[in-house]
Amino acid sequence: MLFPLPRPSKAPPRIVITGAGIVTALGIGWRANADGFRAGRQAFRPVTLFDVSRQRAKIAAEVDLPQLLPPLQLPEKRLPRLDRATKMLLLAAQEAWSHAGLSPGENLPLVLGTTSGGMALAEIYLRHAICSPQSRRQQATRVINYQAQRQALDVCDAFGFSGPITVISNACASGANAIGHAWELLRAGHAEQALTGGHDALCQLTFAGFDSLQVISPTPCRPFDARRDGLSLGEGAAILVLETLDHARRRGVEILGEIISYAAATDTYHLTQPQPQGDTAFTTMKAACARADITPEQVDYLNAHGTATPQNDSTEAAAINRWAGGRAATLPVSSTKASIGHLLGAAGAVEALVCLMTLREQWLPPEITLSATDPACGFPIVSRPTDARVNVALSNSFGFGGANATLIFRRWT
Amino acid sequence: MSRVFVHGIGAVSPAGWGVPTFRGALEKGAPLPTQALTRPGRSKPFQVRLVPEPARGLAFLAHPRLRRASAITQYAIGASCEALGEDLGRVQNGELRLGIVVCLMPGCVTYSRRFYEEVLDDPATASPLIFAETVYNAPASHLAAFLNSGTVSYTLVGDDGSFLQGVALAADWLLNDQADGCLVIGANEMDWIVADAVHLFERQSVQGAGAGALYLRKECSTKPALELACITDTFLFSTAGARPAAAQRMRAQLRQREHATRSVLPECHPRELLCPGTQGVARADADELAAWTDWTGARLAPKQLLGEAFTASAAWQCIAACDAVGRGDFNAANVSIVGANEQAIGARFVNPDIL
Repeated sequence: MLFPLPRPSKAPPRIVITGAGIVTALGIGWRANADGFRAGRQAFRPVTLFDVSRQRAKIAAEVDLPQLLPPLQLPEKRLPRLDRATKMLLLAAQEAWSHAGLSPGENLPLVLGTTSGGMALAEIYLRHAICSPQSRRQQATRVINYQAQRQALDVCDAFGFSGPITVISNACASGANAIGHAWELLRAGHAEQALTGGHDALCQLTFAGFDSLQVISPTPCRPFDARRDGLSLGEGAAILVLETLDHARRRGVEILGEIISYAAATDTYHLTQPQPQGDTAFTTMKAACARADITPEQVDYLNAHGTATPQNDSTEAAAINRWAGGRAATLPVSSTKASIGHLLGAAGAVEALVCLMTLREQWLPPEITLSATDPACGFPIVSRPTDARVNVALSNSFGFGGANATLIFRRWT
Repeated sequence: MSRVFVHGIGAVSPAGWGVPTFRGALEKGAPLPTQALTRPGRSKPFQVRLVPEPARGLAFLAHPRLRRASAITQYAIGASCEALGEDLGRVQNGELRLGIVVCLMPGCVTYSRRFYEEVLDDPATASPLIFAETVYNAPASHLAAFLNSGTVSYTLVGDDGSFLQGVALAADWLLNDQADGCLVIGANEMDWIVADAVHLFERQSVQGAGAGALYLRKECSTKPALELACITDTFLFSTAGARPAAAQRMRAQLRQREHATRSVLPECHPRELLCPGTQGVARADADELAAWTDWTGARLAPKQLLGEAFTASAAWQCIAACDAVGRGDFNAANVSIVGANEQAIGARFVNPDIL
């Protein structure tokens, strides 16, 4: 039953991460991405997936997908119908699944964040429906497969588990909200393990949308740079396996890190603009720290939302300055969107995984193209590859519509 | 304390704006008349059920955030205001932390289709104002802004069954003290692109539009009391062939729950209601009807009268169930949702003073 649940009489369990998988324009898998993020490599190139000749911006961080997917339990006839977003999702899930040594079974919640699901397929459906109204060939297949729940079902089928499925679409905070929600499910006793993360593929509608808002930079984005002029889009997926500590210990599986807090709130200022003082971002960072019973002094690295739009970064800078107080002056901050662009619904999940990498491998991801830090930043931006002692990392995610989320991770030793 | 109560309900449907018009349509028991919806490029229009214009203007449209709000946002806010009732002011004044869960299947399709038409025409001139309204969480965002509610808000995407997942999520938020009250909304707007898509699978299905909202609290303050007794697990199906078994498993889990309460008060059985998701289309309804062949009590299927509106019609099922129990017509009501393409899930609402 989803409700009622027996209410636990003891404190919520600790939740650890036992599997992780990632796909971005830096590559497929932990190693390729860790090496790329650690070096601050940038993965932008001219868009090839759709026509951008009439757009102001013409670059993005596209993923090079392999010709073949790893062996999965999906029926053969399903494979040719998989869209780009689903392939990235399955690749990330495969890595996380193998990492955690999971087995097929019942009651493994799947919590995914996405903004557009299989929008590239929906675009083909729309184009046919609008431009060729008499032709219905393959339209039913497109309708079924573009839906986000279909992609989640594909994950269940590919690995042989039964869900339940929750798809959260809170714009660019979706991935962080999904991980936070999975964390809360386990703490509330709904399950002992969960698969969670986010995915989004580049598509014309979204690209044209951000371009119409004039928030895409024609050059690779420069978060927190004084001369930043907009974001860059990217695509990818990241999946984490979360597990109660007791369950992970019983399985004897390697623990990669711990999620110690999550907070979410809604900025009601504007549909597409954050409240300039960053009150809601401040609220989520403060609430997440309170929930974890830590102070800003204990945070060793902050992975910022850092889209590189003038408004987002100044708002987030104000919120970080206020939240961190005296700690701000020495708190290392960076936005890994400088390397892979803004992954929208996948961003929060990928950035959670970057935090996990920093905790596991003890380095900080730099923004190597940063030339002059915005003076609004009362904190240092990591601008060159840096080894560091990182015990606690905080990740911010903010989205259209005012969805704000903060996740906090702790190193597992 | 692990109990959750329904504090208010709100409905916007082809019957009109508000629960009274919704209830009136259900009491009449006749399918509402349909309207023609033109589909560009085709001579034969779709027959659909549209939400009528409100008898009086919608006062909330004066809010600066809502000037360009899509129909789906208007429906969601209309249903939410009704469900909140007297607590609306308390939320807007910041006296009450309100969690918001908006559950969608097609989502903001009208603006999405319009924006993509503009992109096809010339992406360089596509409207940024329209694009902002295409995102799934635009209705939740507008609702939060209108209510001045900065508490947590999620938009869930899935088939009809995601509405009950939203109710379960809201119950968790309440019991974990993340909110003082929670609104759960299912909403759907009408556009030819969705009618066209549904027509690919089921030509007899009549599309509807609107929204439904449940307002949940931990405290019981209504007379008679109306309690969320249970929500089943979600039983997934990824193929049509697996749908009947999912429906049967959902029914079996609800049956266990019914038996548990009836062992205390077996005489209550005749005063129980089933609100199924059947729409009066044999092929679409077959799996759900087969799962409920053992049910001998009363049935009330809002979709058959108002149309298929995905998460909105799932919300209407819950509202019909809650209204029937809340008015004392029944002691308990089951809601059965065998979704379009994802899951079967059920719920049970009861009058706890009797059951």
